[in-house]
Amino acid sequence: MGARAVLALVRAGFRRHTSYRAAILGGAATNSMFGLLRAGIVTATLASAGGHLGGYAAAGGIAYVWISQALVAPLQIFTWDDLAVRVRSGDLAVDLLRPVDLQLLYGAQDLGRALALTLPRGLPPLAVGALTFGLALPTDPRAYLFGLTAVVLGAGVSFACRYLVNLSAVWLLDVRGVLTLYVTVTGVLCGLVVPVRWFPPWLATVDAATPFPAMLQAPADILTGRVHGTAVAGVLAVQVAWLAAMLAAGQLVQRAAARRLVVQGG
Amino acid sequence: MVEAAPGRTAAYRAILGARLRSQLVYRTSFALDVAGSTMVALTDFVEVYVIFHNVPTLGGLDAAAAFLVFGLGTLGFALGNAVCGELDGMPQYIRTGTLEVLLLRPIPLLAQIITGDVRLKRFGGAAVGVVVLVVGLRWTHVHWTPARVVLVVISPLAGAVLFGAVFLAAGAVQFWLVDAADVTDGFTYGSAYAARYSSAALPLPVRLLFAFVVPAAFTAYLPALALLGLPGPPWLPAWLGWCAPGVGVLAWGAALLMWRSGVRHYTGAGG
Repeated sequence: MGARAVLALVRAGFRRHTSYRAAILGGAATNSMFGLLRAGIVTATLASAGGHLGGYAAAGGIAYVWISQALVAPLQIFTWDDLAVRVRSGDLAVDLLRPVDLQLLYGAQDLGRALALTLPRGLPPLAVGALTFGLALPTDPRAYLFGLTAVVLGAGVSFACRYLVNLSAVWLLDVRGVLTLYVTVTGVLCGLVVPVRWFPPWLATVDAATPFPAMLQAPADILTGRVHGTAVAGVLAVQVAWLAAMLAAGQLVQRAAARRLVVQGG
Repeated sequence: MVEAAPGRTAAYRAILGARLRSQLVYRTSFALDVAGSTMVALTDFVEVYVIFHNVPTLGGLDAAAAFLVFGLGTLGFALGNAVCGELDGMPQYIRTGTLEVLLLRPIPLLAQIITGDVRLKRFGGAAVGVVVLVVGLRWTHVHWTPARVVLVVISPLAGAVLFGAVFLAAGAVQFWLVDAADVTDGFTYGSAYAARYSSAALPLPVRLLFAFVVPAAFTAYLPALALLGLPGPPWLPAWLGWCAPGVGVLAWGAALLMWRSGVRHYTGAGG
């Protein structure tokens, strides 16, 4: 399995997700609309808290909202069932015949998807945020370099988790319920719904033991400049650790799934 | 037309009955769908819980009043979504050419789509709305008058009507913009989000957009102000809370006009 083949897969994922320009624009419009609503709620919350809450002042809270809305699509926080659909239709058997590891096959394409969507789905909400609420972003160029690294790592963690959830289709077949559960839990625990720093202690403790903050909270913290200096290394290290752990879990489950797989129909 | 009525009612009853029964055939799937809908509403509630864990008021409402708004908004949206949510599928109807099949049948298009899938699973979300609404009502100490009793019963229904109109308008837009669900989601699900919070928390232009263009404020925030006897923020006086049913009629009128002109504009997807 050469690097050329992996690159080709990443490119395929990239092209697939840049082909539908209207859908990209529409999605960015919806992210922006939710940004307007969330920025309003976060601003009012911070005002009610006396200006500061969980390490965010008004400008930081607003930046957090727009950065997180910009990252929803590249990090694929919402439903993804491509693999589960192929399990149910039996097409997974075709995928298993390919001379590529199944996780690598889907992971490389997902990386292409994330890279393709980062700017076209990210910049419009940021522009709307800058024009309406104002956007205070870090001036240090390293914040963007490390921030984009964290986005790629976060997209990796997101993929590794979605891959596991989708593989459960091998045992369950109908995974709509599991997917809904996964999406709702992710939305809260990754920090999209409210910043993780605002969680009550018990929820923060639960959350810290899951891979979800490594998806969105980590890149958002770096891109808003909330985490800077040497602390960035710690955040990136946690992301790398979760990525490795979830990919390894995916490999284990994938091996069990290949033994368990029964192709439905003829 | 009058003679045709019984036959027509029977046809609708048959369609609706079949659709409702079909959802209950696969018991486990149905139970999982209801659980999913409940989970989505609970997640929405976690947001309110986390905010009020940190601050005493948001947009002029304390936690009790915010529960009232959340309950009304969630219940109204769940009911509206159960009945009119199928309009969300318009892009697929148009793209796959299913719409042509529906247009050939001797029942109005809109009636077919709405009766095509009344989603019982949404009652999971409605249940969460009811529980939070009841907690909010007990906690806020509403000074009950007969008029306010009527208001609290009518508001979720008016909310369902209003959200139905939003779904209808969003469905109508699909006749002009191909596969535009990504755009209209900001209005349909955006209005559900806006409805769950005090409109006073939103900046003025967004507040006005989600009150007078997309009537989200009329589904929960304004009725809650009227129930509690609280004054509203600029541009949203509390007496508007009594106007939700009237606004619902207006919204349906506008949405139906959009729908009709959309159907006339439709030329087929070349199926």
